[in-house]
Amino acid sequence: MVRRTLLVGGLVLALALPPLAAAFGLDYVVGVAARILIFALAGVSLNLILGYGGMVSFGHAAFFGIGAYVVAILSYHADQGEPLLTWPLVIGGSELAIIAWPVAMLVCAVVALIIGAICLRTSGLYFIMITLAFAQMLFFFFVSLEPYGGDDGLSLAQPSRAWPFDLSDDRQFYYLVLALLLFILYLMRRLIASRFGLVLRGIRENERRMQAMGFATYRYKLAAFVISGAVAGLAGALIANHTEFVSPSFLDWRRSGEILVVVILGGMGTLYGPVAGAIAYLMLEEVLARWTEHWMIILGPLLVLVVLYAKQGLWGTIEKMSGRR
Amino acid sequence: MSPLLILEQVLNGLQLGVMLFLMAAGLTLVLGIMNLVNLAHGSLYMVGAFVAAMVARWSGSFVVGLLVALPVTALVGVVVERVALRRLYERDHLDQVLATFGLILFFNEAATMIWGPRAVYLDGPSWLSGAVEIIPGAPYPAYRLAIIAVGLAVAVLLYLLVTRTRLGMLIRAGASNREMVSALGVDIKRLYTLVFGLGAMLAALGGVMAGPIYAVEVGMGEHILIQTFVVVVIGGIGSVRGALVGAVLVGLVDTLGRAFLPGMLTLFLGPATAASLSASLASMAIYILMAAVLVWRPSGLFPAHG
Amino acid sequence: MSAPLLSIAGLRKAFGAVVACDGIDLDLAEGEVHALIGPNGAGKTTLIGQLAGEIRPDSGCIVFASRDITSLPVHARAARGLARSFQITSVLPGMSALDNVALAVQAHAGHSFRFWRPAGDEAAVREPAREALARVDLAQRMDIPAAALAHGEQRQLEIAMALASRPRLLLLDEPTAGMGAEDSARMVTLLESLRGDVTMLLVEHDMDTVFALAERISVLVSGRIIACDVPTAIRNHPEVRRAYLGEDDG
Repeated sequence: MVRRTLLVGGLVLALALPPLAAAFGLDYVVGVAARILIFALAGVSLNLILGYGGMVSFGHAAFFGIGAYVVAILSYHADQGEPLLTWPLVIGGSELAIIAWPVAMLVCAVVALIIGAICLRTSGLYFIMITLAFAQMLFFFFVSLEPYGGDDGLSLAQPSRAWPFDLSDDRQFYYLVLALLLFILYLMRRLIASRFGLVLRGIRENERRMQAMGFATYRYKLAAFVISGAVAGLAGALIANHTEFVSPSFLDWRRSGEILVVVILGGMGTLYGPVAGAIAYLMLEEVLARWTEHWMIILGPLLVLVVLYAKQGLWGTIEKMSGRR
Repeated sequence: MSPLLILEQVLNGLQLGVMLFLMAAGLTLVLGIMNLVNLAHGSLYMVGAFVAAMVARWSGSFVVGLLVALPVTALVGVVVERVALRRLYERDHLDQVLATFGLILFFNEAATMIWGPRAVYLDGPSWLSGAVEIIPGAPYPAYRLAIIAVGLAVAVLLYLLVTRTRLGMLIRAGASNREMVSALGVDIKRLYTLVFGLGAMLAALGGVMAGPIYAVEVGMGEHILIQTFVVVVIGGIGSVRGALVGAVLVGLVDTLGRAFLPGMLTLFLGPATAASLSASLASMAIYILMAAVLVWRPSGLFPAHG
Repeated sequence: MSAPLLSIAGLRKAFGAVVACDGIDLDLAEGEVHALIGPNGAGKTTLIGQLAGEIRPDSGCIVFASRDITSLPVHARAARGLARSFQITSVLPGMSALDNVALAVQAHAGHSFRFWRPAGDEAAVREPAREALARVDLAQRMDIPAAALAHGEQRQLEIAMALASRPRLLLLDEPTAGMGAEDSARMVTLLESLRGDVTMLLVEHDMDTVFALAERISVLVSGRIIACDVPTAIRNHPEVRRAYLGEDDG
């Protein structure tokens, strides 16, 4: 009951937010909300491998950052009118969302395939560390990518063109992000209930058992890792449009930590957990930052307390109250 | 590429290697014995450096700063262990990563509040400010040589501690069989606190010695922390010997990569391409090394557990 | 006599200086119930590990259903019809009993790269899973998470999971370990009911269970099979008596 009320209420509020904000003269809220939804999407992508697959990836910001960079680099080439590649075939840039965003997802999927294929040979702590190492590797790659700003990052000349939306309008951007998040949540729901999802959850529960049953678990984990990377890439494409700027800090390891926090805070292994986590984490940041510039001195210990005493997370607790877990 | 230049870079690599070893030794012991991933280990490195810088400014002596920083940081480490980390030993790695991530946020902010957001400087002792001619015509900073000497001395002391003393016996036993240590009637909590304090002190030693070479600033711990994890994973979790080999390997690969990759790539590519490619390759080198080692040996070079 | 279902030849595995399996030869006929007994440390677990594919032998070969499986990974052996239960109960604790078994069915129904249709609605998976649960008397408990089942029930669930994959050979690693008399008896009845449908290799400490079920028994001592015969012969085998039965209770 509580769960249903919250879901419906949350959806209504999300839809009504822009007019409400306008009515109260708080237009900046729409931008903040879009940012929250983008982080929620990143959280949803990590949740697939972390919450349902039991893979603790400490390098998820890499995909987030690559997605953002792909959009920025394509936009840069479109703006400058110089092709991205001239050999073996001529490829130009693009400011069209319909091209740039899927390309961002595709690039992330390919990178996830390569990284996953190596990382998934290890497990436990080694897996945590090697995913972190790959993210660092990509971080330094972008730092030294001088043609695209290196350390200083790269500004977008303009947001992607996503006809019929005008993404420079905060409200239209917000609704597009909301629609994409809902769409991905729907896909995730199908995915998790499917045969594939059942296998993934089985691997989280007891991988050795799954192998003894006849599952080539490595392939399923790798597939999940690739899907997760692609979705994180979409979140990255969106954040590039939101900030109209990308820099290596998007791939910073602290960012990976933040995405982990979003998932845990909301409740890992629950469909809507990352959304609740993103709302809570970013709102907390807003509120604390307004109160003191040293807000991390509160956030840090708070995180320790959440891990020690509230591991189920926000949405996990609600699911439990509703008898769903 | 003259032989002298190579020698100098090898020494630089060695110097980075022993610094990494000081960090890695503590981290790998805590990981091997308590099975705890402590991201906040880098914070102890930072605390050590800041305390030493502060005390050195008051007293005018680097050595006094060092001597104060070591016990103070060990104390900070023990307090953190008692207050927070102790509750995490039985948790999974994910919980440990998250909670100690929270501790990093706390320590960084606390350091900003106490010492300010700007980098502070810590001068090395004046009697080490000169250069030493290792071989005629090849001067090398005495301070960096001292770091190498201290690092190697610590490695020898740790080796003796682990192989020759009762504490070392318990540490080795703890790394491979926790139940056995408890069964021996050892107060396991005291052992843990002791090991943690030791690790904190080594981290502080690393931080203080790094002070005169790099800047003492908030966030200094994180960069070296990630490199340290690379060392620990390459060496094999829980192995002090692995930490030493891994640290020297990482130190050399990183330093030599940065020094010689540009020149080597220019032989094959245009200067502009070579410069940009070698910059990325050099900073990625240690991570590539780690990935390669793990593909080859998924539990590191010297796996301590069976 | 037709070709054996499982044929082990010259299997050897050493861990450092300890030789756990020292040249083991063993044939299992299709439909046979074969028990493997031996004192602790005789190498039983190592042998099961090698058959299941978790431990790679140093030398020797394993032929299953006329195919050399010595170098196949765990999942590929399972896919060929080699199912097992674990010495320490191994289920998917957070999932319902039905999901546990449904996954076992799924494992043998082609690949599971199906991302769209809800698995819970797929009769092709659910029906055989329900049947397998009914066969081990767990039909009433199918919606309960495996972790919430009693120990004996979890062991039954493991058998259901093994059965659901329609195995040709069932490796049973101490199926009655840690069970009370009543649960043990139920397990023996259950295994008895499977006789003829599936070939079984049973590792067991409880001699009553062994003699109740086994058609042939192999005795493993210090990594070697010292005797392999029908139960009555094993009972009277002098070397077995000395090494294992009666004189010390292993």
